[in-house]
Amino acid sequence: MGYTGDSKGFLNYIYDRYTNLQIKDITLLFEGQITHQVMKALTSLVEEQLDEVEDDRVLRRVYHVMVESLQNINRHAEAYEYRGHPYPGMGLVLVAKNKQRFQVTTGNIIERAHADEIAMFLGKLNTMDSDALDDLYKKQMREGIVSPKGGAGLGFIDIRRKTGNHLDYSFVNIDDETTFFIFTSTISR
Amino acid sequence: METLRIEATDDSPQVLLDQEDNQFEISGKSLPEDVVDFYQPVMDWLKEYRKKPNAKTEFNLKMIYFNTASSKQIMDILMIFEEMVEEGHEVVIRWHSKKSDEDMQEAGQEYEEMLDIPFEHLTYD
Repeated sequence: MGYTGDSKGFLNYIYDRYTNLQIKDITLLFEGQITHQVMKALTSLVEEQLDEVEDDRVLRRVYHVMVESLQNINRHAEAYEYRGHPYPGMGLVLVAKNKQRFQVTTGNIIERAHADEIAMFLGKLNTMDSDALDDLYKKQMREGIVSPKGGAGLGFIDIRRKTGNHLDYSFVNIDDETTFFIFTSTISR
Repeated sequence: METLRIEATDDSPQVLLDQEDNQFEISGKSLPEDVVDFYQPVMDWLKEYRKKPNAKTEFNLKMIYFNTASSKQIMDILMIFEEMVEEGHEVVIRWHSKKSDEDMQEAGQEYEEMLDIPFEHLTYD
């Protein structure tokens, strides 16, 4: 599925995946520039919607996964240009649920050069058990430095260990330099 | 030392560092856009305080939420207190969590495991 350049925007990248999830209950669907203000607005919106109807622990985790995933986009999404218009920090977020779980999917453009590195890291996290994840988190917290973009390299590790579920990821190449990174976290209900 | 007081916002915590009244507290939510920028004055204040601390320092952390970028900053802050302990000063970290928030309680346990400082874990309703 390549970039068709039509008006569906980023949605076409996750459409197939969404229809395969058998999750029809959408809590939130947003596409646009993910600024810090937008991140806060979207997370508050979901928090409000789930407050009182969802278990506290589930709500906290959905909120945390959204904050971490959206801050990743805010920090790392590449700007791209379409028909002469720049789209800085664009991203997509889909929060959906069924009886068993919530899924938080984000999508954003990154440089293809970083895709392998991300895939290897996420693949490695998926093979680790909870003790190994805790150790890695602690090691990164003690020794890691905050990057100029403000991340501490802890987000993916923490999502993986807090949810206890595998991280799902894929890439749809856009052109020689850029690829669309799709990332799904699952929070059990 | 001059007191450091920062009011809470919807994405950053309240900070009170007051040597004269012996009150040291960070409380609220922490997910600021630029964590380094937010915590820099706190780090600077504590590094100065470390040179001539009070006889006993009780540092209260009463967080409702913090993101992973903030967890690293909190670690860096606690490591300054750890150095104070190594230098022979009396320090206690008082970690406050909501009774229903197991994640926050676990976070406190985890910091305690990683550091060589006395912790007190407290819960509130």
